[in-house]
Amino acid sequence: MSDTTLAWRQYRLERKMFWRNPTAAFFSFVLPLIFLFLFGAVFSGSQANLDVLVPGIAGLSVMATTFNALATQMTFLREQGVLKRVRGTPLPGTSYLTGIIGSAATNAVIQILIIIVAGKFFFGLGWPKNWAELAIFTVLGVACFASMGVAFSHVIPNFEAAPAYTNLVFLPMIFISGVFFDVAHVPTFLRDIANALPLVHVINGISAALVTGAPIADHLSDLAVVAVWTLACVILAVRGFSWSARD
Amino acid sequence: MPSPKPAITVADLHKSYDDHEAVGGVSFEVAEGEIFGLLGPNGAGKTTTVEILEGYRTSTSGSVSVLGFNPAERPRALRERVGIVLQSSGMYRHVRVREAVAHWAGLYPHPRNVDEVLAIVGLDDDAQATALVRTLSGGQQRRLDLALALIGDPDLIFLDEPTTGFDPAARRAAWMTIKRLRELGKTVLLTTHYLEEAQELCDRVAIIKSGKILAEGPPDTLSEASARYRVSWRGEDGTLISEEVDNPTELLHRLTGDAIARGESLADCSVVRPSLEDVYLELTADEASEVPQ
Repeated sequence: MSDTTLAWRQYRLERKMFWRNPTAAFFSFVLPLIFLFLFGAVFSGSQANLDVLVPGIAGLSVMATTFNALATQMTFLREQGVLKRVRGTPLPGTSYLTGIIGSAATNAVIQILIIIVAGKFFFGLGWPKNWAELAIFTVLGVACFASMGVAFSHVIPNFEAAPAYTNLVFLPMIFISGVFFDVAHVPTFLRDIANALPLVHVINGISAALVTGAPIADHLSDLAVVAVWTLACVILAVRGFSWSARD
Repeated sequence: MPSPKPAITVADLHKSYDDHEAVGGVSFEVAEGEIFGLLGPNGAGKTTTVEILEGYRTSTSGSVSVLGFNPAERPRALRERVGIVLQSSGMYRHVRVREAVAHWAGLYPHPRNVDEVLAIVGLDDDAQATALVRTLSGGQQRRLDLALALIGDPDLIFLDEPTTGFDPAARRAAWMTIKRLRELGKTVLLTTHYLEEAQELCDRVAIIKSGKILAEGPPDTLSEASARYRVSWRGEDGTLISEEVDNPTELLHRLTGDAIARGESLADCSVVRPSLEDVYLELTADEASEVPQ
């Protein structure tokens, strides 16, 4: 069987297993929606605030479904010895990881679509203004945060510690990156930190696609920052990859 | 047992970690179709040796060959012909038994029939085959481990402590399964710290301790190597006496003669050949842990 077929089979198994695990499904889909509707209720009087919130939650979702999910999942697979077991089979590592990351990417796309529908019908946003731009920033955001998650899993000492470690990165990043409010209100030094991180740029791109309809040409610098982060995270993920837990 | 084409050749294998040597010059060969056992206490270097052969670890020095390949290079052609049961390895929790085995079948060029393999390991009734992996008992998970190792129809199977933690009935069942592998013509390298298991299953055994092989051969001849007989009987005062001798003939003659002369029967008389266990305990005993006689 070709490596691509093997990756596709792994992907299908991952999807099947994902839907059999209700807690994982809950955290990746329902939690961002709860945020969206709670903050949406708070901001319901102001379309300007809603215009910030919806793309912000979309960015949060991209990160949660990839970075958080993969950092946790890889820690589990490594600690439980599943990776080691897989390593002993003829399955190429790239096919295996493609299947796993592809499954996380699917969750990101599902989540973005849910948010688009919610934005249209509950938050007065209309349909996306620029689908190509949305696709580009979603794909790049997924690539960036997925590789960041795989790379970060090497820092996590054990599965029990995984939520604490991922939240240590996730929560500060979403708070300073303008998920819930306009970054313009954030102190300069925090804004500088946020601008060095990828999430704010993913949100900028998604915001352009969903709200303003600004062309990609206006967001090349956002694209560049995310691309650099992606490259760095891919290198870290591949270089540091280990198939078994530290003894 | 020299063979024209051994499945595994290990020559002067060394593996050192920062501060200690886990394997210190191990050499052995495993012939095709043979069940070979690495027997030793915990920490003897069994798993390190096996994991070098499986391609999980690299050696510090020495040479190994597995089905003609160098396992350190992890060639796919080798992985397609080898089945591995690790000492402990987890599995996806949200997959069903049959589904998992069928998925694994897709990883190999010439897999066995899924139902056949489930039957070999004894997970073939409907409830077991459709159970989620996370609901399996320890023994059932171990059987799934074996099913996943067998599904690719490997020529060579590594079993690292395949029955550790089993109750006696489950162990017997696992032994039956492993014996079936011999009938299928498979080569098996198994590690165990259960002597009974080595004696029951292995064509040849190497006793390993502190990274060195202390003795090697068929289980029967290993016990012959230190062949002293233990003769026990109940003396005139009713106490149990036992004596170790190279040849029991003379002692037995004397004992029976005395008993007949006294007009008594020789009570509780037994003659026991040393088991592999005795050889094993003798070889692997530490001075520190030796029980004073």
